[in-house]
Amino acid sequence: MPATIIQTNETPFNRIPIDPVTLDIIENALRNARIEMDATLVRTAMSPGIREQGDAFPLIADHTGKMIVGQFGSFIGGFLDNYAGTLEDGDMIFLSDPYSVGGAVSHSNDWLVLLPVFKDGRLIAYTSMFGHQSDIGGKVVGSMPINARSIFEEGVRIPPVKIWRKGEYNEDLIRLVMHQTRKPDWCAADLNALIAACRVAARRVVEMAERFGDDVYVSATQELLARNHRAMKALIGMAIAEEPVSFEDYICDDGMGFGPYKIKCTMWREDGRVVLDFTGTDPQSVASINFLLNENMFKMFFGIYMIMVFDPQILFNDGFYDLIDVRIPEGSLLKPKFPAALSGRTHALGRIFDILGGLLGQKTPEFLNAAGFSSSPHLFYSGDDERAGKNAEWFQLFQIGFGGIPGRPMGDGPDGHSLWPGFTNVPNEFLERYFPMVIERYECEPDSGGAGLHRGGNGIRMTYRFLSKGTIAIHDDRWFVPPWGVNGGEPGARARKILEKADGSQIIVGNKVEDVDVEAGDMLHFITWGGGGWGDALARDPALVGLEIRQGLVTVEGAKAYGVVADDNGVIDVEATEALRAELRSSRGELPLFNYGPGIEALRANCEAETGLPAPIQPEWPLLEAAE
Amino acid sequence: MGYRLGVDVGGTFTDLLLFDTASSAFWRHKTPSTPHDSSEGILNGVTAICAAAGITPGDVDFFLHGTTVATNAVLEGKGARVGLVATEGYRHVMQIARSFVPGGLAGWIVWPKPQPLAALEDTVTIKGRMSAEGEEIRPIDDADIRAQLSVLKANGVEAITVSLINAYTNGAHESRVGELAAEILPGLPVSLSHEVLPEMQEYERTLTTVANAAVRPIVSKYVSNLRSRLADAGMEGKLSLLRSDGGLMSAQKAEEHPVNILMSGPAGGVTGAIWVGRNAGIRNILTLDVGGTSTDVALIENLEARRQRTTEVGHLSVRASALDVKTVGAGGGSIAYVPELTGALRVGPQSAGAVPGPVAYGKGGTLPTVTDANVVLGYLPENLLGGTFNLDREGAKKAVQTIADALGIDLMAAARGIIDIVNENMFGALRMISVQQGYDPRDFALMGFGGAGPLHVNAVARLMGSWPAISPVSPGVLCALGDATTRMRTETARSFSRLASQTEAVDLIAILDEMAAQTRAELVADGVPEDEITSAFEVDVRYAGQAFEVPLTITADVLTSDGIAGILARFDAEHKRLFTFNMDTPHEIVNLRAVAMGRALDLPAAELEKGDGNPIAAKMRDHVLWMDGREQPAVIYDRAKLRAGDVIPGPAIVCEMDSTTLIESGCTGTVDAVGNILIHLA
Repeated sequence: MPATIIQTNETPFNRIPIDPVTLDIIENALRNARIEMDATLVRTAMSPGIREQGDAFPLIADHTGKMIVGQFGSFIGGFLDNYAGTLEDGDMIFLSDPYSVGGAVSHSNDWLVLLPVFKDGRLIAYTSMFGHQSDIGGKVVGSMPINARSIFEEGVRIPPVKIWRKGEYNEDLIRLVMHQTRKPDWCAADLNALIAACRVAARRVVEMAERFGDDVYVSATQELLARNHRAMKALIGMAIAEEPVSFEDYICDDGMGFGPYKIKCTMWREDGRVVLDFTGTDPQSVASINFLLNENMFKMFFGIYMIMVFDPQILFNDGFYDLIDVRIPEGSLLKPKFPAALSGRTHALGRIFDILGGLLGQKTPEFLNAAGFSSSPHLFYSGDDERAGKNAEWFQLFQIGFGGIPGRPMGDGPDGHSLWPGFTNVPNEFLERYFPMVIERYECEPDSGGAGLHRGGNGIRMTYRFLSKGTIAIHDDRWFVPPWGVNGGEPGARARKILEKADGSQIIVGNKVEDVDVEAGDMLHFITWGGGGWGDALARDPALVGLEIRQGLVTVEGAKAYGVVADDNGVIDVEATEALRAELRSSRGELPLFNYGPGIEALRANCEAETGLPAPIQPEWPLLEAAE
Repeated sequence: MGYRLGVDVGGTFTDLLLFDTASSAFWRHKTPSTPHDSSEGILNGVTAICAAAGITPGDVDFFLHGTTVATNAVLEGKGARVGLVATEGYRHVMQIARSFVPGGLAGWIVWPKPQPLAALEDTVTIKGRMSAEGEEIRPIDDADIRAQLSVLKANGVEAITVSLINAYTNGAHESRVGELAAEILPGLPVSLSHEVLPEMQEYERTLTTVANAAVRPIVSKYVSNLRSRLADAGMEGKLSLLRSDGGLMSAQKAEEHPVNILMSGPAGGVTGAIWVGRNAGIRNILTLDVGGTSTDVALIENLEARRQRTTEVGHLSVRASALDVKTVGAGGGSIAYVPELTGALRVGPQSAGAVPGPVAYGKGGTLPTVTDANVVLGYLPENLLGGTFNLDREGAKKAVQTIADALGIDLMAAARGIIDIVNENMFGALRMISVQQGYDPRDFALMGFGGAGPLHVNAVARLMGSWPAISPVSPGVLCALGDATTRMRTETARSFSRLASQTEAVDLIAILDEMAAQTRAELVADGVPEDEITSAFEVDVRYAGQAFEVPLTITADVLTSDGIAGILARFDAEHKRLFTFNMDTPHEIVNLRAVAMGRALDLPAAELEKGDGNPIAAKMRDHVLWMDGREQPAVIYDRAKLRAGDVIPGPAIVCEMDSTTLIESGCTGTVDAVGNILIHLA
């Protein structure tokens, strides 16, 4: 049953021709409004996840729900098809349940606000924004239990409900929701921020319609969609072959000892449209690494990657959606069945981008990027602050880590940066001021970036010394299957976590763990992974390798992957370097387009020795067929 | 009081403005800049302007100067080789930065990897650690420090920066490194982070300290060269530089803290606009400074420009106060193009720059620019004043025709389209500093200056609803005017980071008093008489846990009478104005700042001779231009011949030496008592 839209003025908008200049002005103005949404949110949100790391995404859609500006694509069409209620002036929708909106938000931590914008009694636009809440209750602090077996363990689930109904605020609803979280103050501030951002954008839309006229505004949004459709159609014709290409990559494990989980996508062009088919992806997990992937969201990712990889002057919107056909098998890791747990979806979400890069670049290696820092590793630390004078005050930290950007056609990957837009790290002085911890080390992990003509970015080694006993949880990936290199570049180094007790003894900690107790004085070495390398490492200028030794980015031992022999000061032994390079060249085969490392079986066999952790066990699905 | 000389060195021209404080008379002059040695161009200008005024350089009491020397040193990577001493475990603080990659999703694919301002090979770490509470966790070790400083010495660094973790709470370790650096690397300038910027956030503090150290030698060389050239010319006046925050600082002080003059250039125009506004009786102003490649906008409320705590230079965000100036890549030289795939009309950010420049300038440019569109439409007449500079209108038409063909529209519609798009870009920037900050642009006037500001100000004012649109006197040299008319200023800042509920007003006052004494002493040392100094305080407040602080200006008296509660009430009101809501969350007092200012100069503008309202005496000729979709008759006036009270009906063009003002149809320009043209809807 679709939503009933109640308008007091049922006059339809007239589609009128728009001159190109007005069209560009309206597009520009919409883009500015979107920037304003971001600015409003960041200033007023309170949880570190949104505030420092910008984990929030805005959109402005036309009156039918198609995204005109934004970057995660529109879910509104799907929402309207399934929402049994009414939508009218003064309403505002609030939701967090991924299953209610076909994965428009992909775990319950993401709270979404949707504002239908009415002008003179007519629905003229939608504005919407969602952001990650640091805690929504549930069985663990941070509400993302890796070992959850259903979504019911992952905190409060909000189906689409009206936070405002015809201009009246539903205070009881919000009290009920806030009662479920460990951090109602953060949640309240962040929700306010999301609402303020949507209202700002709604005001801008109404101002635009007043300035240009309602019919001009609405017609312009339709023309912007059409323009994008035409541009993307041309681009698809140029860049996507009819012959299918496939690419597959893995999620290392599910935190329950099973893995790796394969994600496979095949792409081809057919009758002017692109088919993206995930057949061959493994079935859903019993734990929470499932990623309910919204088809429209994936179309948007695809479009953005096309644009970034091939770099034409296109501003993306939903206009090109019918040019793309996304097929995801039911019951797979990317389309799990209710009530599968979803909170740990970040790894699969990240890996999707590696897969897109691998797919799009296969026929055009000059545009190909290596595998990057395709996830956001999480650390949770919570407890009662036992330091003197702190009155056992409750604290909880949720922090996102950063790693190596991959080697790229344009050059080296930056060290210790974010693959996600808008994310920034939290200053360590801030952490030390507000949490019982000392950050003893925050440096690049040398040699972790894959060797290549263009080196992959290094991961980060962050060493926390805890000053109060508490509990930690870690969500990370790429500890088992390495990030691949391309065009002859080497894979990047894998992630590691080491807990060092006060007596100096070291414990290798898994990369997806919950409820690990720590004592005051314990140190956690949180080491993220590096980006894959790009191009032949033996072609890299030895002087640059020498300089990076002096910079602490590459070690003397690590330089050998580039066929470079040097001392601690980065001084190159020219003869030895030439000899080593000659030897390496003669002993290696043809350089592969993709270098995945030794392969799953070899990784499994050597896992314990190389990582200190038992190899993940091949998952078996007694009830579900592999989604082949 | 005698003569004040403002000098602004731009990329193409050096602008000078000489102000006689006794008579309010002023002289202006423009001379080509001399990038190999700016002082040459300055000297040429000084000689010429003094001759025009009938004085000698020795008669000039104050030489007040806005310069981009520090900005360019950072942007072009020409700063000194800086050695950085960091805390063990933090060698890559500048490399990792804030992990931020600009652009949207997948923006990393096309983002160049930046090089840190202090090279990693010149970054060393030392043992020793302070806690966030300012207590020593581990001691430093002199032998270790000596060894690391020796590494930097061997590397041949030209300046030393010390930035240790939590030094903002306790600078003892940094001070010791400073002492040893003076011993091991005698003569090298040393910057300590807890002195340059005693604030939380290690990356920002380190970057700011390094930036300061990197530009010091260049600024120092520049200032001493300029000083000696001016002395040779017989000038004995006091030399001051314009700070990014719109105040002045002595040249000596600027040599030590050049991080404060990184945005000296754009600040000049804004301070100039304040002077114009004061004399025109207009207190709320949005500024529109349109140059060749970009446009700067700022907001002035009640004759005070909004400031911000960061100075953006290229991709670096340095923690030093600056006027809140937003820049968009939209200017006279911005290139218009139509991408094949979308068929959309785009203008900028690519610019034809000074070379080859717009097609109409006839210097080899072939791509259509905003200036060319203005020429095609007749907004920039072919023969500018004096006839020394003819514009190639036919060439401009040919270039703009390529856009018209690509869009399938006629030439004039394409030209006007280019203007409309570039105006829209300026409008977007103005919204960011007004509407987005909770200001209603209809409460503000819009002042256009810089080479092309007065050409666009009328149209942009229409978009904003900001009236009047102002074409100030001497729009082309307003920066130099700002340099000449602003006052001395200095400030200091500190992290405080305490909940308001745990803070007593007396403690706050004690700290602020100490900071006030420090800033006042700095101005006294710069030659400002003690009794002319006024102090003000700023307190940054937020809801505990927020990232964004609201700066509130207060005085000691108000703090004493209203207490902490008074501050919090003001914060709540301001937060509501900005974001439409308040919260029950406790308040945190984040940072404290003390500002000391010299006397505000009362420098009235000279009155213009009063006319009878009819501008006919200033008429140069009849003209035809394209506006509102049709050709229209218009009149061109000579600004020098306009009289106070003259009323100019649009469409009209007013020409002067270095700028052209466009009054659109449906609008009327009125010349005010001191020569500003105030444009209103007719």
